[in-house]
Amino acid sequence: MRRPRGRRTCSKEPSTHAEAREIVFDFLEGYNLWEAFWTTVQLTVLSAVGSLIWGTLLAAMRVGPVPLMRGFGTAYVNIVRNIPLTVIILFASLGLNQTLGISLGANTFETINFRLAVLGFVAYTSAFVCEALRSGINTVPVGQAEAARAIGLNFTQVLTLIVLPQAFRSVVGPLANVLIALTKNTTVAAAIGVGEAALLMKEMIENEAQLLLIAAVFAVGFMCLTLPTGLILGWVSKKVAVKR
Amino acid sequence: MKLRKVTAASAAVLALALTATACGSDDKDSDSADTGAGGDKKITIGIKFDQPGVGQKTPQGYEGFDVDVATYVAKELGYSEDQIQWKEAKSADRETMLQRGDVDFIAASYSITDERDAKVDFAGPYLLAHQDVLIRADDNSIKTPEDLNDKKLCSVVGSTSAQNVKEKLAPKAQLQEYPTYSACLTGVQNKAIDALTTDDSILAGYAAQDSFKGKFKLGGFKMTNENYGIGVKNGSDLKAKINTALEKMVSDKSWEKAVEANFGPANYKYEPAPKIGNIVK
Repeated sequence: MRRPRGRRTCSKEPSTHAEAREIVFDFLEGYNLWEAFWTTVQLTVLSAVGSLIWGTLLAAMRVGPVPLMRGFGTAYVNIVRNIPLTVIILFASLGLNQTLGISLGANTFETINFRLAVLGFVAYTSAFVCEALRSGINTVPVGQAEAARAIGLNFTQVLTLIVLPQAFRSVVGPLANVLIALTKNTTVAAAIGVGEAALLMKEMIENEAQLLLIAAVFAVGFMCLTLPTGLILGWVSKKVAVKR
Repeated sequence: MKLRKVTAASAAVLALALTATACGSDDKDSDSADTGAGGDKKITIGIKFDQPGVGQKTPQGYEGFDVDVATYVAKELGYSEDQIQWKEAKSADRETMLQRGDVDFIAASYSITDERDAKVDFAGPYLLAHQDVLIRADDNSIKTPEDLNDKKLCSVVGSTSAQNVKEKLAPKAQLQEYPTYSACLTGVQNKAIDALTTDDSILAGYAAQDSFKGKFKLGGFKMTNENYGIGVKNGSDLKAKINTALEKMVSDKSWEKAVEANFGPANYKYEPAPKIGNIVK
């Protein structure tokens, strides 16, 4: 699907230089788009899983009975979601790795940067997951939790057996939004040199002098990732919604 | 009723915001039209704003080798220094800026390559630079380009220099990519990274900065050839005029003075002024 695009555009170009056409022809072929987008997918999936776990824990803290944990949850969410993602990612590399020497068990820049990027995305995205989940918890009628308490369940049991299952079912839609935003946010990882789609795009723009065409290819690439996500999760969200 | 009031208010805010942005972009358009290639009072030149020694915006004004060359060329074209309007030309935007006519010419560490030559015209070259490394002044472990293979290098995300390292120069070396050279330099300084690599002219500019003086040295490896040219719109008659200006700049020694002034403090062994049209591959 991609190569004909290049070819079509090239035939429209005024061919001032004979080799120019040759170069435009090759401009997608010399690069490994699949590898770059595969890294994007890996970043997205790992960060999504991580932020779902950490975000759920944060949401549990924010609705929990312990004031210290509630305070921590609130502070975390309000601080982290208000820091630009680029700053978080750059801090992970320049601060955690270069200055403090944290390498997350890896020894090449490639793996270190990948892991640092996932760490940064988890830290950032979990704040949004937490807030989405908290709004889901609020849709569960108070009577449910009260009835659960009345039959003798403790806080953890009320949360994990009664409230969270219902809450999750009502926030599939909002979580899909967060996931789509996360997919696109992974482009920020290029700032610390993770070889994903945005980094390849920068390299191609530098070499080929074809700004708009290259940007369009990558925009389409990202839509191929995010459109199905939105459609599938939209369908799931209807399917699992709690009818009240 | 209350809801309707809120809706009306937000609609008003939205409308205001829309008209405000519309005005903003209008202003900008007419601005660039006045100062574009058509105006006979001003000349707009694209330079880098963030490369010390090459093209840098400082509180005192603009300075660097590219700025000196551009000022000289503009003078030869009949524009005095206060008739020059400087504009930032980021690497990815350069071809588009020329094609749209946002700038009259670009002197922004702009290496002549076939891909770019197909889109814009180049006057010059006016400087032959090479990819080189900047290392800590007390680091004696890097003596030849081969030594780089087991080192940690740093360059700017997606830049030609970074790609050269990955593919040709030191494929076994570890490469860290950051958005700016300054971020790399921080790493070199605290020993997390061994060398910053890019064009020696840019490296010399960094090494010559007051805050870095004596802390870094150039490796002196000529790993690639970068022919810096002045970019003009395809088919523009400026190309011939700029070439004449560049020739004059070399023959009246202003070229040498500009190189000395900008790169001198870094102990940079620069190449003699290249002949116009002589592109070293």
